[in-house]
Amino acid sequence: MMLFSTIGFTAPWLLLGLLALPLLWILLRAVPPAPIRRCFPGVALLLGLRDETAQADKTPWWLLLLRALVMACLIIGLAGPIVNPVPMEQTQSKLLVILEGSWADAEDWDAQQRAALDLVQQLGNPERPVMFLQLTAPEEDLVFSAASEAARAIRAAEPNAWLPKRNWQGQFEPLGDFDTHWLASPLDWPGRDQLVRELLRHGSVEVSMSRSSSIGLLPMRATAEGIEISALRMTAGAAQVVAVYIVGSDPSGVERRLQRADIEFAAQELRATTEVQLPLEMRNRISRLVVSGHRSAAAVRLTDDRIQRPEIAILTGETSDREGLILFAPDHYLTQALSPVADLIEGTLDDVILANPDTIILADVAKIGSKEALADWVAEGGTLVRFAGPRLAAAQFEARERDPLLPVKLRAGGRTIGGAMSWGAPKTLQSFEIDTPFYGLPTPDEVTVTAQVLAEPGPDLAPHVIARLSDGTPLVTRRQLGQGQVVLFHVTANTQWSNLPISGLFVAMLERLSVIGSAANFEPSSLAGSTWQLVQQLAGTGKLMHVDYRAGIAGDQLAQAAISPQTPAGLYQGKDRRWARNILSEDSQFSPALWPDEVRLLGQDLARSYRLGAWFLALALSVLVADVVASLWISRRLRGGVLAVLAGALLTSISPESASAQTPQDQAIAASRAVVLAYVETQDARQDEISHAGLLGLSQALFQRTSIEPAEPMGLSLTHDELSFFPFLYWPVTLGQQALSPEQLRKLNRYLKGGGMILFDTRDSNIARVGQTTKEGRVLQQLASRLNLPPLAPIAPDHVLTRSFYLLQDFPGRFAGGEIWVEAPQNSGVAVEGMPFRNLNDGVTPVVIGGNDWAAAWAVDDAGEPLLPVGRGMAGERQREIALRFGVNLIMHVLTGNYKSDQVHVPELLKRLGE
Amino acid sequence: MNSNPPLNAAFELASDWPQLLSQAQQLAQSFSPGGHGRRRAGPGDVFWQFRPAQAGDALRSIDWRRSARADEQFVRENEWQAAQAVQFWIDNSAAMQFSSHGESKQHRAATIALALAILLNQAGERVGTSDGALPPQTGRAQISALAQAVARRTSHDFGTPITTDLIPNSLAVFASDFFGDLAALRQRVTRAAALRVQGVLLMVLDPQELNFPFQGRTLFESMAGSLRHESQNADDLRPAYFQALEERQAQLANLAQHLGWQFFIHHTDQPASGALRDLYHALEYRR
Repeated sequence: MMLFSTIGFTAPWLLLGLLALPLLWILLRAVPPAPIRRCFPGVALLLGLRDETAQADKTPWWLLLLRALVMACLIIGLAGPIVNPVPMEQTQSKLLVILEGSWADAEDWDAQQRAALDLVQQLGNPERPVMFLQLTAPEEDLVFSAASEAARAIRAAEPNAWLPKRNWQGQFEPLGDFDTHWLASPLDWPGRDQLVRELLRHGSVEVSMSRSSSIGLLPMRATAEGIEISALRMTAGAAQVVAVYIVGSDPSGVERRLQRADIEFAAQELRATTEVQLPLEMRNRISRLVVSGHRSAAAVRLTDDRIQRPEIAILTGETSDREGLILFAPDHYLTQALSPVADLIEGTLDDVILANPDTIILADVAKIGSKEALADWVAEGGTLVRFAGPRLAAAQFEARERDPLLPVKLRAGGRTIGGAMSWGAPKTLQSFEIDTPFYGLPTPDEVTVTAQVLAEPGPDLAPHVIARLSDGTPLVTRRQLGQGQVVLFHVTANTQWSNLPISGLFVAMLERLSVIGSAANFEPSSLAGSTWQLVQQLAGTGKLMHVDYRAGIAGDQLAQAAISPQTPAGLYQGKDRRWARNILSEDSQFSPALWPDEVRLLGQDLARSYRLGAWFLALALSVLVADVVASLWISRRLRGGVLAVLAGALLTSISPESASAQTPQDQAIAASRAVVLAYVETQDARQDEISHAGLLGLSQALFQRTSIEPAEPMGLSLTHDELSFFPFLYWPVTLGQQALSPEQLRKLNRYLKGGGMILFDTRDSNIARVGQTTKEGRVLQQLASRLNLPPLAPIAPDHVLTRSFYLLQDFPGRFAGGEIWVEAPQNSGVAVEGMPFRNLNDGVTPVVIGGNDWAAAWAVDDAGEPLLPVGRGMAGERQREIALRFGVNLIMHVLTGNYKSDQVHVPELLKRLGE
Repeated sequence: MNSNPPLNAAFELASDWPQLLSQAQQLAQSFSPGGHGRRRAGPGDVFWQFRPAQAGDALRSIDWRRSARADEQFVRENEWQAAQAVQFWIDNSAAMQFSSHGESKQHRAATIALALAILLNQAGERVGTSDGALPPQTGRAQISALAQAVARRTSHDFGTPITTDLIPNSLAVFASDFFGDLAALRQRVTRAAALRVQGVLLMVLDPQELNFPFQGRTLFESMAGSLRHESQNADDLRPAYFQALEERQAQLANLAQHLGWQFFIHHTDQPASGALRDLYHALEYRR
């Protein structure tokens, strides 16, 4: 590919200016750089002195070159160079710009839109009328207008989820002659040829094909273990793997991606299929499939009831015997197992058959009332599952022939294994054979069978057995009946004969059996008389939009209508179910568009033209700056100041970060400029983050609520940093705490002596108990033993911390209720009658020790939202608020000392305490 | 009154040097204000000696208290006290306005001169200007008048000392960059010396004039624009300039030595106190 395929100029005559460049060269050469004028009293002494050497008074050649370059760039830039310009001879007649705007365009709609805009802006000028036509848009009058009008229409255009469908016969007649530029999608659609022929009658037609390659999702199929997803692609090229997300609601109803499936297109294949294993319970929640990375309505597949909950009817032989224990009820475990994943239908057999469930389960039913109706139902595709039991076993005594509603002929009586009166042990299950529906399910050893009904041995027994006991006797048998099937479990559905019904295997087996027959189809015949209303419409880009107030559509019409503006793709709500109408159907094909010979094809993508003028002008400007520097340098006027300014400008523009590098001095200045809360950095980076976030949250609370306006908190290293700038240190005690060096001890003691306060937080009050010492507590003891601390005491209820800003009674952090230690009162104080507080005018406590993990409660993220959870619900929020109030009180105490301890405040405090 | 910047600076400068000030105060205590003791009898207020009365002495000049203690008559003589006049000429031409780092040469010269005048005034000397505009007087008012006089500016490029009203036998302080016409200067100073005026030449230079830190093609202009010199490469000019400057300084020193004057060089980037001390000692030596 050539780098500059074509370059054109909007004002080519300006290039004549380049001829003047040699003149400029000569002129510049003739004029030496101007001398610096300097006032200098000593000039009197200079009179008569001669220069030793004559400095070259001509401009150096490279400076000349630089200036010539500036001029050249300027001239070329103003001449307006354009790469890939649109040929001039086309710009004569009226222009029609066509975008199809179907879902096939949605894939690279932005590019198509931009290409259309470029076309209109380059080809359209005030004298040249332009019309923009989106073929899928609602019908409008065809009018040529100004280019700006067309550009606005292009910007407003959106792809639609249907194909162009409009009869263009004779529509363009009133417009006279015009040229057409068609930004085509690669997909063919019915009616395209006719439109092309129509357009060719009015003028030339140019077509630029979009290169997008659509992926379309075909109808999915439910399989025994999950769903089968099929996809179609536009171009059969190399092998390709496409990720499909299965989207559905999670148990709490929030829509999220349930699973991801990869569809692999083999090389030169247009279709691909993959099977995804999904539990039935999850499959019932699927709302749609989405091809990852593809933005088109075809890449979205909405699902409806067809793969969702089956309807199952459970009938038992005993109808009125409610005196038995509920756990012995024949259907108890069936109901428990199936109700979460299926809709259970109750009623008599006749009613149930009318309801046409997917599956009917008969638990130990020997006498079936309407055998014919049930047999017909099974033959039409129903699944009948039967469980054995004492009644069924007893009923076989009279049977001569095989019951048609049983898969095999049973022997009378059944057998008992491993009971009190038999020799053998209870039988376990044989692993499932490969062609049975249970294949792959584990057969746990604890599942045992103590009694069963036995099949009459015969030549045709084996093909019907789908599960066996370890001795080979059939446990589950199955027989096809018409389109449906009859399945018999040779044990009871309760635990009388086997513990199978209380095993997980039972649920899995039921799931496998129940889904086999689920089919609810949308045939036109079955839809007659129903009305469907569009509730969610699929946009061209594959987005789902909620739709209100669309008129209902008759079901049989809807079943036959193609996807169109009147019957768009989307989710339709019927009386009791939903119907998803998707872009592609089972037999859809992506057929590529073929164009007649008269059409000029502009290749795969529209050659985009670029205007380079601005780049040339920018280059001229930067060379000019270089020239300024060079000229200064030539005339020795390039002083340190100029260089510093230039370098400074460069540095600030290149790396703003480097300017803010923190030196200890900067840190000291920053720390002493405002109140800064500080924390001691630990070995634990996560804890440091929390400490920082916590102090940030506390700083923000202080800023909002009090007149203290702290700056950003700082982390301190005890080894390197000066502590004396900080009134308050938060010290989370971690297990990785190193022993303090003598230097650090000296520093800390000096800090405490100088009026600093340290809040030690062992963050363990959730596990600390009276009389126990936690690991953090021991670390703290070792730390504190070497510090010069005054005697400590648990905080008194009248300590000034309880009222230095807020009136508080306890001091929770993330944990509540831990004990807090402060300096013990030096004199016990005198409690004055009627005064709630003792008169304690001692100093500010140098340490506060607790384990409530305050920083975690204070911590906020960048957005100012709490970082970590505290407690539960509103109580937790309240606890966080009290924790913040404790922080405010603490900082107030640090900064104002025992101000609030002064008895002056007592009357006001008494008032507020309501006394 | 204190709105004159050199005067303020001068007061500050004078107050910066306690030992100079204390010397001046000693002088003021030992001699009556207005004059120095001449270490011989003459008109004055301070007792000098008793001497035996001679013929021709007026009767009233006999000191009776002393004479009563002896048989002879004694005459009481006081020390002859006369105030010295110091006359200043501070170059106020355009060249003296030049400054490369903030303080102009004239400002510095005026500061030094005024500090000297303040100290002299405290010692009772009379100070004034050499051009006759301000005859030598004592007192605070004279200092402010002098400050105003030395702060004036002219638009001439270079200045020459005006010696028209020099008082014979007085002291003179001429401060300038002495970049002007050397012949005229020599003539004026020689005439002053002829009037038995002793004095000091103080050359005040800007650091740029000393270091000549110029490069490249440069057009040098005098402050008022009367002189200009273009150099293609100022670097090359530097040695020649240094040589010219040294020559000028040598000529000035030679002139001063020849006439018994003193010659000092002061740079405006040096502290003014150095020049003040030089001048103080130079004038004190003559007293």
